[in-house]
Amino acid sequence: MANPCFTQIHPTCIPVSGEYQSKLTLMSESLRNDGRVWVPKKKEDAQAIQQGKLKGVNIKEEDRDYNLERRYPAFGNLVPRDVASRAAKVECDKGHGVSPTGLAVFLDFSDAILRYGKIEANKKGLTNLSNEQIIALGEEVVSAKYGNLFEMYEKITGENPYKEPMKIYPAVHYTMGGVWVDYNLETNVPGLFALGECNFSDHGANRLGASALMQGLADGYFVIPYTIGTFLANEISTPKIKNDLPEFLEAEKATKVLIDKLLNTKGNQSVESFHRRLGKIMWEYCGMARNEAGLIKGRQMIRELRAEFYNDVFVPGSNDEFNPELEKAIRVADLLEHGELMMVDALNRNESCGGHFREESVTEDGEAMRKDSEYAYVAAWEWNETEPILHKEPLIFENVELKTRSYK
Amino acid sequence: MSAEMNLKIKIWRQKNSKTSGSFETYPVVANEHMSFLEMLDVLNEDLISQKKEPIVFEHDCREGICGACSLVINGQPHGPNSGTTTCQLHMRFFKDGDIIVVEPYRASAFPVLKDVAVDRSAFDRIMQAGGYISVNAGQAPDGNAIPIEKGRAGQSFEAAACIGCGACVAACPNGSAMLFTSAKIAHLGHLPQGVVEADKRAQAMVAQMDKEGFGMCSNVGACEAECPKEIKLENIAFMNRSYLKAVFSGEEV
Repeated sequence: MANPCFTQIHPTCIPVSGEYQSKLTLMSESLRNDGRVWVPKKKEDAQAIQQGKLKGVNIKEEDRDYNLERRYPAFGNLVPRDVASRAAKVECDKGHGVSPTGLAVFLDFSDAILRYGKIEANKKGLTNLSNEQIIALGEEVVSAKYGNLFEMYEKITGENPYKEPMKIYPAVHYTMGGVWVDYNLETNVPGLFALGECNFSDHGANRLGASALMQGLADGYFVIPYTIGTFLANEISTPKIKNDLPEFLEAEKATKVLIDKLLNTKGNQSVESFHRRLGKIMWEYCGMARNEAGLIKGRQMIRELRAEFYNDVFVPGSNDEFNPELEKAIRVADLLEHGELMMVDALNRNESCGGHFREESVTEDGEAMRKDSEYAYVAAWEWNETEPILHKEPLIFENVELKTRSYK
Repeated sequence: MSAEMNLKIKIWRQKNSKTSGSFETYPVVANEHMSFLEMLDVLNEDLISQKKEPIVFEHDCREGICGACSLVINGQPHGPNSGTTTCQLHMRFFKDGDIIVVEPYRASAFPVLKDVAVDRSAFDRIMQAGGYISVNAGQAPDGNAIPIEKGRAGQSFEAAACIGCGACVAACPNGSAMLFTSAKIAHLGHLPQGVVEADKRAQAMVAQMDKEGFGMCSNVGACEAECPKEIKLENIAFMNRSYLKAVFSGEEV
């Protein structure tokens, strides 16, 4: 597993509303092309909105803080995802959030609707239109661009984003890390190739929109057809491998032992409850901003949770039927190791880089600070129950030099 | 802020495809912000806490794009709202005190796997029969290098919105898969890359559809009404034209 700590937190997701939510649905990032992010300038206004006494549309223009435009005048609402996410967290932590939980910012389309409406009116040579008519024209344009997303938002929240600003908050979206592979996309297991999102190879520490699709296409079209042959050429005379080899029997036995263990624990807590607790630990200690003390604590909590899982999980049903709970238990067992590894990697990487922000490594004005002299390497981890082993693969840049981009 | 709802869920329980099933009724406390599947999650957690077997239902993306969720809710595939998958159906469309009847898709080509989960692999086999383009497309061409009329591109795009959930089959009194199959045929058949194999595709996919035991279309239109992606009946007309043309052209499959 390589670079597991690099986690993309997506700024435009549906905010948390209750414990039962199965996901914080992602609204497309394209929305930030036209939507303006803001929070109320005054804490009293934010509190009134949180309590449902005020709405976003009631807040006057001069009482709004377009925080991304203020902090990053050059890029405004189009700053990268990690920057936009952290900026939302900063405002909400200060008490300016706008949902009942206080964890949301507005994404407002009213200016875009007005702007598009005027453009349409000009195109059609219509003068003397009322404000409502201009807005109606603008809404048509916005609907053509984002209609499906607006519809999805309304289905989930019951609010109409044409009339009221959307409420959004960052949520975990993607892990840039993945299975370690070489340039031929072969893992450290000879003959096992890993393509697409599951490997770590293309994104580095951060990721751009649609690049997961790009990786699937690039790996599938342009890499594997030319590299797998090299492996297969040497195997052409290998007969069909039988399933009574000692390695096979050992792996089969290990899986059976795990399944029996999970089914026979017969504890008192559901698989889902462990998954949720793990998620909360990850979000709290390995989320948008990480620090040494939190990562050490989080790692310890996961280890304790893992022990509790194997002692007290309840998996209903048997292994000779369609049993999604059992399947989920096996996945959560894996995630309990994977979560720890993310903490270990985040602890090791004491720099802020892409989807990994360490509070200890910031510039004077609070922006992310990389430490290229110390951490310009891929961290490939070998799992070990007590202490995972780090293998460093240095990153050598021949044609470009490492730079830090400013969004100010 | 969010109103609590006391509901009764009358849901189909069936151990596997070989045994017969029956309805069971469970109380559940939901709130209006939950999605229908989140409400079932809450019910399942409750069942697990009583050491009972949870209800098996299918789900994956939970944002209406993967086609994994199903269910017939109060007699309608994907529930009462039009253009909505079960995962996007929220509880605010039900009332406190409601008894909600939940069944699996009922069609002989979709055998029940367990509870309300059905085997929809028949759709995969229809796709395998011809739902692809096998010509090597080579390098990606420049944008707009292949001119496609906007209307056609739109028709193809709308057909491509089909997520293969099977609601059309569940809605149809004949258990017909014509809306699904025609959406796939129209999606590819409207574009220049797909025209090359159009004859072969129409014949192969229709043959597989019949082989799987789906019924015929008798223009009821329930499929279009229940389709969460609002796939149009016109696609079936397109499929029938493609099929007829292919048969009369005498091209072999």
